[in-house]
Amino acid sequence: MLSQTLQYLFSGLTNGAIYALSALGFSLIYNASGVINFAQGEFIMLGSVSAVMLTAAGVPLPLAILLAVLVVSLVGLLLEKLAIEPAGDADVVSLIIITIGASIFLQGVAQVLFGKGQRALAPFTGDAPIMIAGASLLPQSLWMIGTGAVIVLLLAWFFGRTRLGKAVLATAHNRLAARLVGINTRHVLALSFVLSAALGAIAGVVSAPITLTSYDVGIMVGLKGFVAATLGGLGSGVGAVVGGLILGLMEALAAGYISSAYKDAVPFVLIILILFFMPRGLFGARITERV
Amino acid sequence: MKRFQGLALLAVIIALLPLALPNNYYYDVAIRIGMNATIVVGLNLLIGYAGQISLGHAGFFGLGAYASAILTARYGWPPLAAMLSGMAAVGVIAFVVARPILRLRGHYLAMATLGLGIIIYMVLANESAWTGGNDGINVQPFSLLGLTLTNERTWYWVTGAVLLGAITLANNIVDSPVGRALRAVHGSEIAAQVAGIDTARYKVRVFVVSAVFASAVGSMMAHYIGFITPQMSSFFHSIELVTMVVVGGMASTYGAVLGAAVLTMLPQLLTEFEGYEMIVFGLILMLTVIFLPRGLLPTIAARLRKTG
Repeated sequence: MLSQTLQYLFSGLTNGAIYALSALGFSLIYNASGVINFAQGEFIMLGSVSAVMLTAAGVPLPLAILLAVLVVSLVGLLLEKLAIEPAGDADVVSLIIITIGASIFLQGVAQVLFGKGQRALAPFTGDAPIMIAGASLLPQSLWMIGTGAVIVLLLAWFFGRTRLGKAVLATAHNRLAARLVGINTRHVLALSFVLSAALGAIAGVVSAPITLTSYDVGIMVGLKGFVAATLGGLGSGVGAVVGGLILGLMEALAAGYISSAYKDAVPFVLIILILFFMPRGLFGARITERV
Repeated sequence: MKRFQGLALLAVIIALLPLALPNNYYYDVAIRIGMNATIVVGLNLLIGYAGQISLGHAGFFGLGAYASAILTARYGWPPLAAMLSGMAAVGVIAFVVARPILRLRGHYLAMATLGLGIIIYMVLANESAWTGGNDGINVQPFSLLGLTLTNERTWYWVTGAVLLGAITLANNIVDSPVGRALRAVHGSEIAAQVAGIDTARYKVRVFVVSAVFASAVGSMMAHYIGFITPQMSSFFHSIELVTMVVVGGMASTYGAVLGAAVLTMLPQLLTEFEGYEMIVFGLILMLTVIFLPRGLLPTIAARLRKTG
């Protein structure tokens, strides 16, 4: 009984780490630009797909990972420069359609380059499970949880301790005021897309050995990342991480104890219930609207 | 008089179009355009006029389709009764969820409606004892008073009539006090409240109307195609519907019809780009919204006014 629950917790944390990274990507871009980037899941897909293709072409794994992250960051930059910036001050619905158009486009590109099949990346450090109190944990899960934790710490350092990070926060807070104190908000906007894309690519690469990858793998992870970001409160970094972990755990527990067929429905039921009672998520700012 | 011009023009187009339709394949595309246009005219009331986004309307569409399929096949209901019951049930569901959901704004509203649509999709895909699951389910042809609708040509006229009816209804709503209230909500919800408009009540009403439109077309589509799968209610289909509103031109009823026509024909034209359909479709979507942010019809209308 205990070992079973522990098993669900492990799998929940593993997936939760990926949802948290995806949610952080959403929050970063949302903060800098007010855009919900529906192509966030495609960053994750592109990361895993490029790593699989590079290793298949004989590139050693660490180099393949580095290249995959670089390629996807470039895609993030291009997305911002070619699609988001030209749209200017378009309304919410239009921006959603633009990023969805980008998402379909990127899936199309991946489909042409990668084919329609599913492939997996080799685990980083073997696939002999580690037994803890009767529950088994794959080494790759440790890589996923560990990578998630390291990235969260790096981001915390970046936003709390560096000038550039503070410039991003200032832009998120009030773009006009940020510009007045000399922050180049256009660079901040581009930076937020590059960072989100890199986050997505890393999440994609570390999860590829467990979840398999194909051109259409990004949609669900992306939507769940959006759920996690909303759950925590859009734009809140802590909220994104907590939201991602809660989502992963709830999903694993519901799949184990209630119904595995409805596993993918859990995040959406959860978010609707939360929003009914807390319309701005768990950690969302309680703002008063000025008229 | 002006408000009947558009309707009359569309009626003429619908009446004359068969002269230009060489075979059943073209009739089929025209019918799908008409059906999609009917949903989009309803959805445009919600998105274009009231300014409330919904990323889950394919869910209501799917519920209508499955209500028709299950009630006629399993319980032997007449198709019209099944369709009306589906519309009533969807209306009730939409009414119950509308109030808490429409309190949300912007991206939170997008999230909640997206979630609602996905939950409906998953129920349709998983309750296979009722719905046949991912394998889909056959639907018998539509029949009324002993007459059975089977061929494309009959369906064409029925769809055309339904579309004109839907537009008349939508135009009446837009020009009524309800329509003015909705536009006030779009402009500024708080200003509307200050002016004494019960904004929540109007938002709920238009949400229910648009959901019922989607359900009715879901039933029609199910009988017309004769075979349905949960894919009808997928997230991607919800997106397609919203895209038709945006590409056609928000807050423009005939723009919605144009958007439906363009986006229904696009995949048919793109079969030429075998293997590259998604790339081209994604590109067209992005470029249209970036360069014609107000949508096709309002942009064309503005051009004509400038030159003419």
